[in-house]
Amino acid sequence: MTFFILASGLTLVFGVLRILNLAHGSLFMLGAYFSYQVTVWLGNFWFAILFAPLICAGIGVILERVLLRSVYNIDVHFQLLLTFGLILVLEDFAKFVWGVAYKTVSEPDLLKGIVPMLGTGYPRYNLFVILVGILVGIAVWLLLAKTRVGKMVRAASSDREMASGSGINVPRLYTLVFAFGAWLAGLAGVMAAPLRSITMDLGGRTIVEAFAVVVIGGLGSIPGALLGSIILGQLNAFGIVYLSRFEMAFMYILMAIVLLIRPRGLIVKEAV
Amino acid sequence: MKKRSSTKPHPLYLPTLYWLVMGVIVLLLAPLFLSEFHIVFVTEIYIMGLFALAFNLLFGYTGLLSFGHAAYFALGAYTTGLILIRVTPSIPLAFLVGFATATLAAWIIGFLCVRLDEIYFAMLTLAFGMMIHTVIWQWDSLTGGADGLVGIPRPHFLSIDLSSITAYYYFTLIVVGICAAILWIITRSPFGLTLKSIRENHERVEYLGLNMKRYRLIAFVISGFFSGVAGALFGPFEMAIAPETAFWTKSAEPVFMSLVGGMHIFLAPLAGAGIFMFLKEIISGYTEYWMFPLGAILIILVIFLRGGIIGFIHEKLLAIRGLD
Repeated sequence: MTFFILASGLTLVFGVLRILNLAHGSLFMLGAYFSYQVTVWLGNFWFAILFAPLICAGIGVILERVLLRSVYNIDVHFQLLLTFGLILVLEDFAKFVWGVAYKTVSEPDLLKGIVPMLGTGYPRYNLFVILVGILVGIAVWLLLAKTRVGKMVRAASSDREMASGSGINVPRLYTLVFAFGAWLAGLAGVMAAPLRSITMDLGGRTIVEAFAVVVIGGLGSIPGALLGSIILGQLNAFGIVYLSRFEMAFMYILMAIVLLIRPRGLIVKEAV
Repeated sequence: MKKRSSTKPHPLYLPTLYWLVMGVIVLLLAPLFLSEFHIVFVTEIYIMGLFALAFNLLFGYTGLLSFGHAAYFALGAYTTGLILIRVTPSIPLAFLVGFATATLAAWIIGFLCVRLDEIYFAMLTLAFGMMIHTVIWQWDSLTGGADGLVGIPRPHFLSIDLSSITAYYYFTLIVVGICAAILWIITRSPFGLTLKSIRENHERVEYLGLNMKRYRLIAFVISGFFSGVAGALFGPFEMAIAPETAFWTKSAEPVFMSLVGGMHIFLAPLAGAGIFMFLKEIISGYTEYWMFPLGAILIILVIFLRGGIIGFIHEKLLAIRGLD
């Protein structure tokens, strides 16, 4: 489910801004580090959930305003390279602030322990993550489908000039969407923090997995991101059972097959 | 048509030839003046430079951004290394098998990838590259897994002992020189010009009745082959290979080099490799944070100087000579 949160941010940004953000994984990494920092300072994981994604969103605003804005109209290759440059910068930033040793965050006491379910046990924290994932999914859907801002976002994603012509402040909308994407990446980072150790190379490692999720479901489609993350979850689970050592390769094989047969993903949808 | 070709040579041509000859002489004499540390450093620039040149045939000339080129580099390196360690310490055999593996992989993967464009092409090459990385990472018994492949020998070749770094410097220089010359001829040939026209407008090329995908595939295979050559040189050079060689961030290095140098000038990626290695070396001499400045440079280049550093100088030179 952390993958769904991460991937929905990536796919939303691509759907609206038409930019494939390689640094999305780095924002995820920052989210995890911020959650560590906030937990250390305030001694409470709940504050981390509140603040860490907000800091990421703030960074998102700066990145969009200062950097991305100047590359919307140029070759996609350069956009990819710009965001790749960001990965390097953010990774060293994390190294500078938090050092090379890995960090860990523990889940709050309330979410520790195992819940007996269907004859077996399930960690309480994982259930919490699933719940948050579902809430995020519903919230994003409501936001896009039912609100005025959502309508403007959809308009801008299907025709930028037309939207701008009908009085929508498209640049501000882009900033907003990118910040929201960064917020989602940060939230995914916070959610993932207690589940794994936090290292600086988290950004580069996660982004390819997020790409796989997004590509399988369809670039720019939120339901696609959901479908992709469910398929990958299943694939990983089965891979571990049957062919443990090559389970990761499955993901890339599936990604390649989808790209070849249906380059636009399993769920084809024009707007977000 | 004939008349045209008999007119004066291009004004830039003679000086270029002059600089080329001078450059080769400098490179041949360089080991006499350099310390062992610097010879190692320059040798690595050649290898990475060849990798960047090979990559740029696809990127700068054909307009396809591959995010999985580390795969062919790594396949060349691993196969060569494995033959040298396990089968026989014979450079020609190991290199040939290394080239063949990289080329075969590029042919199969390229065959599938050339159908797609832009971001989808980049994503598909990324997927295949990561597949190969995963296999290398997990196949402990063959590749050494996470520890990598260690103890690759540098045997005799044509009765020359390559174990000294100076010998390996010349060996690398000759191989890279030959490869660069072949790549240069390719880019100047009608085939190379067709690639450029595919870059500019692939739909129009198809309307002209050319099989665009076949051209792309051939470019992909050539690019994979020379990446494999670079990898094959790299294995015995480092005497060890880490699985990170196949990771996707390694694929981004030739992208960086091509862009820093300038993707539309033939030798510029080689210069870009020099700049990249130099920056990395200098910066990591002062601080352990070498990625930050590199990333910042990349961002600045993308925003302000998309023709690359060498491309920028070239443009200024042309302007000075009134050849705008």
